Amino acid sequence: MNAESWHRKDLLGIADLSPEEIRLILDTAESFREVAERPIKKVPTLRGKTVINLFFESSTRTRSSFEIAEKRLSADNMNFSTSGSALEKGESLVDTALNLEAMSPDLVVIRHRAPGVPHLLAARLRSGVINAGDGAHEHPTQALLDAFTIRRHKGRLDGLTVTIVGDIEHSRVVRSNIHLLTKMGSRVRVAGPRTMLPPALEALGVEVHTELEPAIAGADVVMMLRIQLERMNRKLFPSSREYFQRFALTRERLGAAREDAIVMHPGPMNRGVEIASDVADGPQSVILEQVAAGVAVRMAVLYLLSGVREEEG
Amino acid sequence: MQLIPKVTILDGAQMRRVVRRMAGEILEHTGGSADLILVGIRTRGVPLAEALARELEQMEGRQVPIGSLDITLYRDDLSTIGPHPVVRSSHIPGPVDGRVLVLCDDVLYTGRTVRAALDALRDYGRPRRVELAVLIDRGHRELPVQADIVGRRVPTSTQEEIRVSFEATDGVDKVEILGREEPA
Repeated sequence: MNAESWHRKDLLGIADLSPEEIRLILDTAESFREVAERPIKKVPTLRGKTVINLFFESSTRTRSSFEIAEKRLSADNMNFSTSGSALEKGESLVDTALNLEAMSPDLVVIRHRAPGVPHLLAARLRSGVINAGDGAHEHPTQALLDAFTIRRHKGRLDGLTVTIVGDIEHSRVVRSNIHLLTKMGSRVRVAGPRTMLPPALEALGVEVHTELEPAIAGADVVMMLRIQLERMNRKLFPSSREYFQRFALTRERLGAAREDAIVMHPGPMNRGVEIASDVADGPQSVILEQVAAGVAVRMAVLYLLSGVREEEG
Repeated sequence: MQLIPKVTILDGAQMRRVVRRMAGEILEHTGGSADLILVGIRTRGVPLAEALARELEQMEGRQVPIGSLDITLYRDDLSTIGPHPVVRSSHIPGPVDGRVLVLCDDVLYTGRTVRAALDALRDYGRPRRVELAVLIDRGHRELPVQADIVGRRVPTSTQEEIRVSFEATDGVDKVEILGREEPA
């Protein structure tokens, strides 16, 4: 694998990427970051390319981040979202995709609540496919933007201790982040209520905690996950107040981390549930930088993927 | 095809004299303007801009701001080449509106890089004037582009390449023509 060039048609997950490929994306994103600081925040690079944003699950931030990235690269984009929350049947999904492909897009960005749907499409479509989140499986661009933000603050990823707190079991963000951070040499700790920790996590090379304090102690990065309040109905935890008492990141608890630790959150936040407001808005919070990083990372991914054509025949 | 050095066009001492003369021409053209910015086109335009800035500082006793411009995102062949080339960062010091920019590059060849650089600059604002300074003009233009300040004009064949080395990046100041190995 030549670390100076990209050879994949699709970005489906972090699990199958090499450290060199991850580094290439992050370095490329570094160059794209500068575009956002110019008076004219647009480059002609993907002029004449078409990108379809196929969102089968509601998403405001990921979709708008992709949209801005596409527009800043001068690609033409089209949004296709299904309003219904019903899981599409496999067959109609492929049909939808084939119909879209008849319009010859160069790239398809897809979010779907079923794991593996992006892989299914990638195998059938000539266009490049970017996974924008598939169920609880992967969300590669989120992990990349997190790593990008960490690297900007810490100058490296290897040797860092990164603590991820929250609903570990239902989070695609965690899964992609664990793959990425362990590949790049970070130590990863996860913490959450026992009901939100999947079995056999240690096999992924992470340290598992059911108490917050030991998980945070000495950490360089503390990443809080969104608690989906609708899950409370499923009795994964008794109440948001109890969750706050045991697992929320407060100023006091953050004191156990390294003095220069940064606080991250993929958004949208539940203030007063998983994170205290003064921490979210505090000097160690890089939450809004993560949003800006998202655009740069997605521009890098769109740029690299659009340079690859599927072999003919 | 392996290309090997055939002729050294400029050695270190000659290269420094040429750069000094180019710096003098920049002063002449811009009238010692206080709002001058030197912008090096990545990669070898950057050490040229730095060398020119050193000469200008010696002549005028003040520092000229230097920027660097990566033109990858503005190339006109992106849809025909794959995989896409690595993108490097650009850095332009301060707003360019109303200022005099001198674009610097080591070699002027087809003119396509300069076309891309002009497009890129437009996204940073509207300079009062843009000039082009190149160390070597080797001919074979594919677009109507000319340099305002030329270090040395060198007739070449398209089979040949020009290799410019700078002390800052390559350990030595030197310009060579590379060509195919002659059959024995």
